[in-house]
Amino acid sequence: MSAIDENHLHADPAIEVHPEQHAHHVAPPAQAGAPTPLQRDAARTIFQKGAAGRRAFLCPELDVPQLPAEALPERFRRAAPPRLPEVSEPEIVRHYVGLSKRNFDLDSGFYPLGSCTMKHNPRLHERAAALPGHSRLHPLQDDSGAQGALELMWNLQEALAEISGLPHVSLQPSAGSHGELAGVLLTRAYHEHRGEDRRKVLTPDTAHGTNPATVTMAGLEVVKLATNEDGGIDIDDLRAKADTDVACLMLTNPNTLGLFDSNITEIADIVHGVGATLYYDGANLNAVMGLSRPGDMGFDIVHFNLHKSFTQPHGGGGPGSGPIAVSERISPYLPVPVVARREDGSFELDADRERTIGRLRGFHGNYGCFVRSYAYIRSLGADGLRDASETAVLNANYLLARLRQLGVDRHLPLAYGTLCMHEFVLSGGPMKRELQIKTLDLAKRLLDYGFHPPTVYFPLLVEEALMVEPTETETKETLDAFAEALAAILAEAAEDPEIARQAPYTTPVRRLDEVAAAKQPVIREAVG
Amino acid sequence: MAEASYPEDLLYHAEHDWARIDPGDPGQATLGITWYAQDSLGEVVFFDPPSVGTMLVKDEPYAEVESVKAVSDVVAPLSGEIVEVNDSLPDNPAMINEDPYGAGWLVKVRLTEPAETESLLDAADYRGSLGG
Amino acid sequence: MLAAIGVSSLQEIFDRQIPEAVRLGRDLDLPPGKPEQEVFEHLRELAARNRSSEEELSFLGAGFYDHYVPALIDMLMERSEFLTPYTPYQPEISQGGLQVMFEYQTAISELTGLPVSNASTYEGPSAVAAAGYLAKLHNGRSRFVISAGMHPHTIQTLRTYAHGYDMEVVEVPLRDGVTDPDAWAEAIDGQTSAAIFAQPNFYGAVEDAEALSAAAHEAGGDGPGHGPVVVAQVDPLTLGVLRSPGECGVDVAVGEGQSLGNRLDFGGPSFGLFAAREEYLRRMPGRIAGETRDVDGRRGFVLTLQTREQHIRREKATSNICTAQALNALGGVVYLSWLGRHGIVELGELMAARTHYARETLSALPGVETAHAQPVVREFALRLDADVAAVRERCIAQGINPGVDLHALTGRDEDRGGLLVAITERRSRADIDRLAEALGAAVAAAPARSGEAVPA
Repeated sequence: MSAIDENHLHADPAIEVHPEQHAHHVAPPAQAGAPTPLQRDAARTIFQKGAAGRRAFLCPELDVPQLPAEALPERFRRAAPPRLPEVSEPEIVRHYVGLSKRNFDLDSGFYPLGSCTMKHNPRLHERAAALPGHSRLHPLQDDSGAQGALELMWNLQEALAEISGLPHVSLQPSAGSHGELAGVLLTRAYHEHRGEDRRKVLTPDTAHGTNPATVTMAGLEVVKLATNEDGGIDIDDLRAKADTDVACLMLTNPNTLGLFDSNITEIADIVHGVGATLYYDGANLNAVMGLSRPGDMGFDIVHFNLHKSFTQPHGGGGPGSGPIAVSERISPYLPVPVVARREDGSFELDADRERTIGRLRGFHGNYGCFVRSYAYIRSLGADGLRDASETAVLNANYLLARLRQLGVDRHLPLAYGTLCMHEFVLSGGPMKRELQIKTLDLAKRLLDYGFHPPTVYFPLLVEEALMVEPTETETKETLDAFAEALAAILAEAAEDPEIARQAPYTTPVRRLDEVAAAKQPVIREAVG
Repeated sequence: MAEASYPEDLLYHAEHDWARIDPGDPGQATLGITWYAQDSLGEVVFFDPPSVGTMLVKDEPYAEVESVKAVSDVVAPLSGEIVEVNDSLPDNPAMINEDPYGAGWLVKVRLTEPAETESLLDAADYRGSLGG
Repeated sequence: MLAAIGVSSLQEIFDRQIPEAVRLGRDLDLPPGKPEQEVFEHLRELAARNRSSEEELSFLGAGFYDHYVPALIDMLMERSEFLTPYTPYQPEISQGGLQVMFEYQTAISELTGLPVSNASTYEGPSAVAAAGYLAKLHNGRSRFVISAGMHPHTIQTLRTYAHGYDMEVVEVPLRDGVTDPDAWAEAIDGQTSAAIFAQPNFYGAVEDAEALSAAAHEAGGDGPGHGPVVVAQVDPLTLGVLRSPGECGVDVAVGEGQSLGNRLDFGGPSFGLFAAREEYLRRMPGRIAGETRDVDGRRGFVLTLQTREQHIRREKATSNICTAQALNALGGVVYLSWLGRHGIVELGELMAARTHYARETLSALPGVETAHAQPVVREFALRLDADVAAVRERCIAQGINPGVDLHALTGRDEDRGGLLVAITERRSRADIDRLAEALGAAVAAAPARSGEAVPA
């Protein structure tokens, strides 16, 4: 038995918890009441605080001669200082701590945002990444002075290769969409080197928006594939569109409906049959770690989202990290640099690769993210990673089943299939027609219940979509409470749909006017 | 306008565009998007008009209208050259929602293939194409 | 839980969904999991085998700089409420993060003198490539003209992206350490989509940004919406002293944000700044926060102009970027608030004075000369009359990393013998004097430059 099982790092399905041991949510206010303290606190930016001459920074003493005037001619000099805030350190701390209280976060509660894999971020990772040997290491330090970092990167490359079943890894891309760009450019380079000018990339209509956007940026053309009645790729449509002008098929498996495409081997055969490559969007890797590998499914290129599957904290919109792993035939084109092991066992950065597509950014990638994800992989090991995926899938299926038990599926049916992998997509169509509330209203009312809503209105082919990904982090008690909240909101709506339509009531601000924001964009403070 | 409306004097394209042939000059038409199109899109927040002189090809997109969370191609119901654009829309794009067949018109074109009008739908057929 | 699902085992859930042929059927070949304390020890042991700026007197720069990161930034960046949320898709419970973006946009806008800023891109070099894509979408032209004074990683990154955009890249050489103005004007024509330079440039020289912008606008057949987009890659921490890109006629300013309150982290994560003139607002990549009101009239913030982005516009998006660098941008705006209106000038002046002092002192050493005579403010290139690798090795053995071996990084012949020395507020006069002593001795002792004869 691995250490992970004994330590119970996440919920154990074998432990049954009696409902009465847990206080159920008290229903939140169903209408606007007296403003809460946070609602009374009007938003003022740091630029509206402070006073002339106030400061936090004390400049080190000038210990060299004054800069001679001729050393920096006046025409190069800024006439007036940039109008940055003039605030003291305590003001800065109060201001940003105050702002932090206007955020919901994963450490505070359930965050079942589909496709985003909001799993626990262990604080060990922050501590390790902050060690000066990692955090104060300059990227141009000589290889001999960065052996620990290079070994860490090498080990991470090896682990990602094993997890994906694809032997060659580049850690360089900065996030998932950056990895996608690398992947499509690699595909282009592969075909170009063979003297072929293939222009089309197939993407299913369920694809993440980054897929088609990336294809255009890489100079190729998007061709959409239809979805069959089981939620997978429509094989007939694929056969009709797969020709020798196709460079690549980009696929997520399990897909954005949370379903594993059981035709994957046939799909791979069709794609490879016309000489195209198969690209794996790794956003949903959390469903299959240690269970099934993209390389074994026939994929040539995979990107990982270290900030999803491998716990890099998301930071409110980054940083992320999007390494890629590729098959033998794609490897000559990998971006540079890659970490290589020398014969003596030491490590080096290898940027001298003849057929590389080149660089995608400065230096070697988001190393700070590598430290965290490597710590995660070392903590869990082979058993722990598989256990994480199994529990993620178990949690999603349990939540789905619990919603059925509570009758939620009558208004919010599963869009496709009966079981799911790590996430599932409900359709809010019946709810909209029968209860007169939209998925958006449901999401806003969930805020009052203290939950982050699932992803809404994606994928596009599901009417009023609600995409739920609970992850392995959550306990049965949390899943039960969430299911009960959904049931309670539907029950409220049956009584009075206005409750959800006007929600939320308890958040620091209530529904915001996005139309006004888009019509007359105000995207900076007017500074005096 | 809150209620669905499809005036009888217009010709319709299945991609939810309309054309009004100039009563005094059958070689010229005014184009816009239908009630159904603006209703599906939601409140229009941005419209960047094409420039006068642009050549439109029937069934091809010639502009975009944007709401907060959607972008929609505007498809040319007829071929022709743009001779006038609705200059008031950039400042007041919501006019496309409020008066899609009047003040919310998009462009006027000098038709290059007037016979194309025969392939467009009348109000009843267009309404039928919306599934009732 | 299994009973509720209606299966007899966990395995059944997988058996019913994943075909046998693609199941792994064995354990991953990875080391077994370990308890927290052992993982920490392992990571500490790896860290100990790195030579950080804590352990040597470092003059390394070239894009990433060893500035002091104030303690309050560590505290704020580690707060759960900033560290652990996703992108603010639900604005009612994300006002903190959205307001931070709005404040960040304001600060970057002030710093660059340009009216619009996004909420961050990945980092410096890819921000330049993103600016190139904006230019291509804006004017549909076919060529990028870039100064050879860009960081080599920037040039390489732009070339990688440009191949995807099917754009040609033309490099303009330097003269006397700065972009050759004649070659610049000559290279730019009616097919030039973007004209791109760095301020200060890779060799530390302050460029005449105003002249480069004006020449590009003039040579490129300027016209509303049709002329070349002038892009400057700037170092934000020099903008308390140097004229802002906006004042110099630049259209888009991008840059590496690491020097603003972010750690070295062996090269990332940091953030890329991206600011532009108003007319480019709807072509900007990435997230943008905007101000609005809630139903009760309270001030609030939302992600706005989202129709530019991949999740809505898909294959027609202005960029494929999704996750960017929100937490690092938070570090950036907190740092700028901490420095403040006058601090950023004082810090810039201190760096400029020490950089000048360091160049004077080092170039007075026998066998050391300055690579160019242009103004410098935070970094400068030297030419050594000795093998740079050998010189660096000798200095490093004494605990002093004298800077970046230019030829090793750029591969350019003209950079043989080049050493790039960076100065931050953490490098005092005494530190610079220590470097001078070590460098002088090392140059005297080291063999002549490899690959060419010693000049007589």
